[in-house]
Amino acid sequence: MPHELLSTRSLRSGYGRIPVLFGIDLTIAAGEFVGVLGHNGMGKSTFLRTVMGHIPATEGTVSFAGQDITRASPAARARAGLGYVPQGRQIFPALSVIDNLRVGAAHKTSAEAQAVIEQVIEELPRLKPILTRAGGVLSGGEQQILALARCLCSEPKLILLDEPTEGIQPSIIEEMKDTLKALAVKRGLSILLVEQNLEFISDLATRVLTIKRGQLSGEIDPRKLHDADLAGDILPA
Amino acid sequence: MDYFLVVLFQIVGTVGNLALISVGLAVIFGMMRVINLAHGEFIMLGGFAAIFSTQAGINIWIAMLVVAPLSVALLGVVVERLIMRRLYGRMVDTMLASWGLSLLLIGLATTFFGNRVVGIAAPVGSFRVGGYSLGAYDFVLTGVAAVVFAGGYLLLRMTRAGLIARATMQNREMASSLGIEPSRVYAVTFAIGAGLSGLAGGLLAPISGVLPTMGVAYVAKAFITVITGGASVVTGTALSAALLGSINTISTFLTTPVVGDVALLLAATIFLRLLPTGITGRIFKGAP
Repeated sequence: MPHELLSTRSLRSGYGRIPVLFGIDLTIAAGEFVGVLGHNGMGKSTFLRTVMGHIPATEGTVSFAGQDITRASPAARARAGLGYVPQGRQIFPALSVIDNLRVGAAHKTSAEAQAVIEQVIEELPRLKPILTRAGGVLSGGEQQILALARCLCSEPKLILLDEPTEGIQPSIIEEMKDTLKALAVKRGLSILLVEQNLEFISDLATRVLTIKRGQLSGEIDPRKLHDADLAGDILPA
Repeated sequence: MDYFLVVLFQIVGTVGNLALISVGLAVIFGMMRVINLAHGEFIMLGGFAAIFSTQAGINIWIAMLVVAPLSVALLGVVVERLIMRRLYGRMVDTMLASWGLSLLLIGLATTFFGNRVVGIAAPVGSFRVGGYSLGAYDFVLTGVAAVVFAGGYLLLRMTRAGLIARATMQNREMASSLGIEPSRVYAVTFAIGAGLSGLAGGLLAPISGVLPTMGVAYVAKAFITVITGGASVVTGTALSAALLGSINTISTFLTTPVVGDVALLLAATIFLRLLPTGITGRIFKGAP
């Protein structure tokens, strides 16, 4: 049985006085690929932002690799091994692709950073010809790959992936799917994926949970997500 | 020929002067988007620090180049921790808070140092060009400005610290998601900006004298220079100082100093009308 990597207990948070999460209990084991499905506004991104520390938990706990990180800063969580690829990608637009990657490896020594960046470029060869281009001028798909690559440069144990297919062309989605599968196996990565793209999540996740009004409402067999009727119950067409 | 050389030397001096009084603001406003209306008072305090430490027996170069920037950088750390760190992302609030700070610093300086001009002698003399005598100290100012700008460019472009600062200023939340502590980066950046303003004050003390209200004379010119420069804090501010300083000096020589200042303001207005995002919004895009 793989050991527990991330665990949230009765996690609640929100924006100011508006509560969004109402007690989320989730455990992710090392090497596990978990998907969370839900409509817009159900708290998917808020959950990831709370786990990453960008939104403070109002109640409950977040533990990572055996440590309680509920009150830790986002930077401390990142250094502990939590990676985050946010919705909208959040590329540093005025920095070149290679500088975006260097920022991802900023808390490593120069030699370590150089080695990890070279490895990431090998794993994501689409970045090779565009290393000197500014992040802000890349296509949405290229930015998404860069956001993933930048996250990988910090050598995370677990990646929080927030709707990576949003606004991305189908060919890049397929490429990203293959890349994530390969990376998860090769690096032994754990991934917590929040998505609305049923095909993407069903092809990747080993366990799929649904979220409704800020609470995890059930678990679905990923293979059943290809069933059009069931899919319609979860998300609108 | 002599007159041409005098004008040329004067342009070099004015450009250096303008670059020096703007560089601290370029860091604090250009990078951090903090509208620091206390910038002039940081310059004033740098001037007082240089004068008092010189009077206390410290070598004048050390007083101007080390004591003045360090003491104002320390004040910058305190200001950042107590006031500014709560206001990032709220430009109008930073303006109001720094305006209050500006008035407080003027009041404190007037109370403790008196409302009179104090000064120190320039550490270098003058030289002759034909029948004209020119202050060599202007070249010291320009030389220091050149070193500061070259150093700033290299720091931002070539070092990991510069890369971290640029990334944090572009997207604070994303930087923190990658293991960078933004509050530390902001504190250091603000302290560097304040220290550079203190350096300007220390270096200007021998030629302008120091008075509690002297900051008012610098803050507008510094803002105009930084805004005209555009998004690239080092390249933009240097180009803008070169352009506006040249226009100011040539107009002054052709007419009067008052008309020279009017020409500077007019030129900045025209530049911003033609290039709304500043000089580096159109050319030298992406340079630090």
